[in-house]
This record gives sequence, structure tokens and C-alpha cells, in this order.
Amino acid sequence: MEQARSRALDAGVSPRERARFAVRRTVNLVMAGLVGLAALIGVAVMLFILGYVLVQGWQALSPTFFSQSAQPLDFDAKGQPIAGSGGGVLMSILGSLLILGLAALISIPLGLLAGMYLSEYGHGKFAFLVRYVADVMTGIPSIVTGVFVWSLVVITTGHFSAWAGALALSIIMVPIITRTVEEILRLVPNALREASYALGVPQWRTIVKVVLPSAASGVITGIVLAVARAGGETAPLLLTVLGNEAINWNPSQPTDALPLRIYDYATQPYAVRIEQAWGASFILIMVILVFSLLTRIATKGKKVG
Amino acid sequence: MDNTQIKEAPQDASAEGYNTPVATGGKSMEIRNLKAYYGSYLAISDVNMEIQPNKVTALIGPSGCGKSTLIRCLNRMHEVTPGAPRVEGEVLLDGQNIYAPSADPVKVRRLIGMVFQKPNPFPTMSISENVLAGIKLNSGRLNHAQAAEIVEQSLHRAALWDEVKDKLGKSGASLSGGQQQRLCIARTIAVNPEVILMDEPCSALDPIATLKIEELIEELKAQYTIIIVTHNMQQASRASDFTAFMLAQDGPGHLVEFGPTQQIFTRPTQKRTEDYITGRFG
Ligand SMILES: Nc1ncnc2c1ncn2[C@@H]1O[C@H](COP(=O)(O)OP(=O)(O)O)[C@@H](O)[C@H]1O
Ligand SMILES: [Mg+2]
Repeated sequence: MEQARSRALDAGVSPRERARFAVRRTVNLVMAGLVGLAALIGVAVMLFILGYVLVQGWQALSPTFFSQSAQPLDFDAKGQPIAGSGGGVLMSILGSLLILGLAALISIPLGLLAGMYLSEYGHGKFAFLVRYVADVMTGIPSIVTGVFVWSLVVITTGHFSAWAGALALSIIMVPIITRTVEEILRLVPNALREASYALGVPQWRTIVKVVLPSAASGVITGIVLAVARAGGETAPLLLTVLGNEAINWNPSQPTDALPLRIYDYATQPYAVRIEQAWGASFILIMVILVFSLLTRIATKGKKVG
Repeated sequence: MDNTQIKEAPQDASAEGYNTPVATGGKSMEIRNLKAYYGSYLAISDVNMEIQPNKVTALIGPSGCGKSTLIRCLNRMHEVTPGAPRVEGEVLLDGQNIYAPSADPVKVRRLIGMVFQKPNPFPTMSISENVLAGIKLNSGRLNHAQAAEIVEQSLHRAALWDEVKDKLGKSGASLSGGQQQRLCIARTIAVNPEVILMDEPCSALDPIATLKIEELIEELKAQYTIIIVTHNMQQASRASDFTAFMLAQDGPGHLVEFGPTQQIFTRPTQKRTEDYITGRFG
């Protein structure tokens, strides 16, 4: 039966049509191959970076690297630094967490509210302005943001601080969060808002209890991306938090951060320090990877838009 | 000026307890000189209608004549439509103008519920959460027994209980289209409205699901006033007591003829009504 039908389908097909079909099938295959190849290259580059960083830095990745703050290097009789000396980067890990935590505290509520405003209320000229400013802000080089906060906060308060760093990172994060939240909320079908209004639910409750939950996983992904982006920023931190060899929990004091420490150690003349820079790089990448993976898992199955 | 004040819903969200849906009885509505705009575009003009309590009133007319616009003016949903919407005129619910400056659109919508063309249960909520949505979203407090009672009562009234009673915790999106639409009706019933508006509630459904909704409408009118938009002439003649025929020929949408369904379908007074009903245009 199957065969009979396919033979019947074949019956009236001219050689020219058959050739065209063959071409179409080949083009299809080639395109699928190209697309797959591009995806493969993307993943391969990322694995290569991760592997390279690991190979370069694995010697630094001892338990003390995670449990100690920076120490002076020990030198042997020939004046060479001893492998494994020089302490760890605990103060940088904790410092990064402190600065990112403060930055998240500032920028998540702000970005979320601004994004909700743009998507749910933003029709007028003011919304246009907000949207435009947010877009321009995402394009500002981060060193400029650093200089700005340096002159505004560091100079006026008289010292480098985690607050200043958090502010600089917030300036980077707020526009990213704002625009992603706006885009994600716009994907929520209007029918859901209408269903809620028709039940006599006020607009703000509708946004908070219907629109936002329907877009939860997308909103969280947007926030994670912004945090990850800010987590790797070096330039604005150089001019705001300065760095610190010891653990610091006081937000008004100079604080260390992983990207800063990487920058600092990578430019030192000692192989031990450079190895530590690689090790710190590996930690930074892993922290961001694990962080985004966790949110992926946590929001799995929830509806986007 | 007694009629400028919209009275509280029988069970307001801020009030203590929610009761099971009680038959408050449908209320009458009156539409006076209603005009609706999108920006400067006049979509419907000078509509005057009296809607009888506990009856089904059907709005018919060709697509684009302003049926949706009109029905959305009846519970102040027009003003949340995109496109710079505006309304002029009065709509009275039981003698009280829902467009009075002191009338709160949110409260109006609790008294006048709405069911949409495309079933739109909340996808993040279970079946029972969907039924309770109107109460919960307004942070009305319910104990377990009350909630269960409201869910069962509302689903019973929407003729859905038997089909879903064993899967109340499942997502509303897991139901068939017809079931979803009845879930939306149950959700509307659960907030105790006096009037239920339906904008082409069956146009996304198959004939059997459609028939079920029509039977349901017949049962519901004992407790609610129902206004239904339909482009299906048989549906209007089967399911409604009164029919309003609208048209937007050369100009904004307006009411051509309004009367008992029986009369509109057997001896319309207007030539254009007759032409439309007999399928000669539209
Ligand atoms: N959001 C809107 N913005 C601008 N014009 C609209 C909008 N919705 C409907 N209209 C216009 O209003 C008129 C009536 O539309 P509608 O009420 O949807 O008709 P119906 O429901 O009878 O098909 C149509 O001309 C339509 O193009
Ligand atoms: Mg319509």
C-alpha cells in the first residue's frame, strides 16, 4: 500500500523536477550542517577557554588558595619564589560577593521596576526617553563608568569603597535588567492581563501577581545575565574599590575583587603569581557558570512569557 | 444624584469573608448615548439599549461593526484596550452610572464579569487556583473549607465539576478548549457578578463544546444577566431572548435594530436586518 502510493506519487514527476528535488535536499543538508557547525564552534571555543585556563592555573588551585587571603611570596636561596607560596584569593572571592551583592541590591529592584514601567505603562514621551537612555547606557564603556563614579563618590568621600564599586556595577546592570525585563514582560500575552482586569483586579496587582509570575524564568535569566556581566567587570572596579590584601566586610572600605586580583597578579613578574591569576580566572568562570546553571535548574519548567 | 455611586460588591475583596456564590439575581443595564473612540476614530456611535435582567441579550452584526467595542464598554474594559480608547455617554447598572466620576472601574468589573473569545485560564495556576483567582489576586483571605466550597460551587455552576473534580490541582492549560472556556466562566462566577459579558465565547470551540456552553448560558440566566456577542446567527436565535443588530455601514458602528429575538428573526422591521439575517450580506 505504502509502496503503491509512493510509486503513484512518483509517476508523473519529470526528470527536471526530480533533479530540483535532489538540489533542494542537498541545500537543506548543507544548511543544517553549517548551522550545526556554527553551534559546535561556539561550544568548542568556550570549552577551549575553560580548559586552557584550567591547564594554566591548576597548580594554583590548592585548598589554601580558597581558604587564605593574599600572603607575601616566599623566596628560595636563589631568590626564586617558592611554588605554592603567596597565600590565596579568599579575600577576592568574598569581596566580589560583597560588591556584587550590594550592586544586586541596588540594581535588581530599580531595573525590575523600570522594566515593569516600560512594559506596562510606558507609552508616552517619558518612556521613550527612559528607553533611549537605557540603551545609550548599555553602550557606555565601563571605564567611563568607573571614572564617573570615581570622581563622584571616591573623590568626594575621600576613599575607595565597596559602595563605590557597587554603584559603578549598578550603572552597568540597571539598563541591562530594565531592557530585558521590559522585553520579557512584553511577551506575556495581553489576554492574561485582560483576564485579570475582568475579575476586578487592579493593574498593579495584575502586574505583580499575574504578569511577573508568568514571565518569572525569563526575568530571572535577565537578572542572572546582568549579574554575570557585572561580575567580570574590571575597569570600573580599578577606580572604585581599589583592592585589598585582607578580607573586608565593611562596604565603606577598599575591597578586593576577583577581576582586580586577576589583573594585578597577571601583570607581576613572578610565575607563581601568574599561575594564581589563572587560578582566580578559573574560579571566576566557574562561579558564573554554576550561578547561571543553578538558576536554569531552579526556573526549569516555568513558563517564559 | 443617587445613581452616581456604585454600590459595593456583595463580597468585596477587602471585606472579611467570601461566601459561596449566592444567587444575587441579575441586574438590568441601560446604555445611553454611548460613543466609543480609539484615539480620534469613532468606533461606535449613539448606542441606546435597555438590557433586561436575567435574560440573554445577543449582539450580532458583521465583523468590524463594533460588537467587541460595545461589550467592552459595558464593564469598562474598553479603557484598558490599546489604541487611546475613550468613552462618552452613560451605562447604568441597576440605575447607577458605571461611568460616573466616582465609579471605580475595578469594582465595576467585579460586578460585571467578562468571558473572552479565546479561553484564557492563567497558565501558571491550577484549576482550583484559576477558579479562586479573582479572590486570591485581590488578596481576599479564605480558609480551606471556604475555598473548597467556592471551587466546587463555581465549577458546578459552570457545568465543569464532574469533569475536573479529580484533577483540581492540575494546570488549567491541560484542559480542552471547551473545558477551559467553562473554567473561565467558573472563574467569573466565583467573584459573584450580577452581569456576565461574553465576547464570542464559542468561536474557538467545536460544535459539541459550543452546545455545552449554550446549555450553560440557558442555566446561568436564572442568576445572572447575560450579554453575548456572536457572529453565529443560529446561536443568537437559539440562545438569546433579545437580539441587537449592529452595523457600521458608511460611518461608525451603530444599533440598527433591537428587540425580542423571536421578532428580530421572524419579522425584522429594518430591511438591513432582514438582509443580514437571511445571509444576503455581511
Ligand atoms: N485597539 C483598537 N485600536 C484601534 N481601532 C480598533 C481597535 N479595536 C478595534 N478597532 C476598530 O474598531 C472597529 C470595531 O471593532 P470591533 O469592536 O473589534 O468589531 P467586532 O467585534 O464587531 O468585529 C473596527 O473598525 C476596528 O478596526
Ligand atoms: Mg469582536
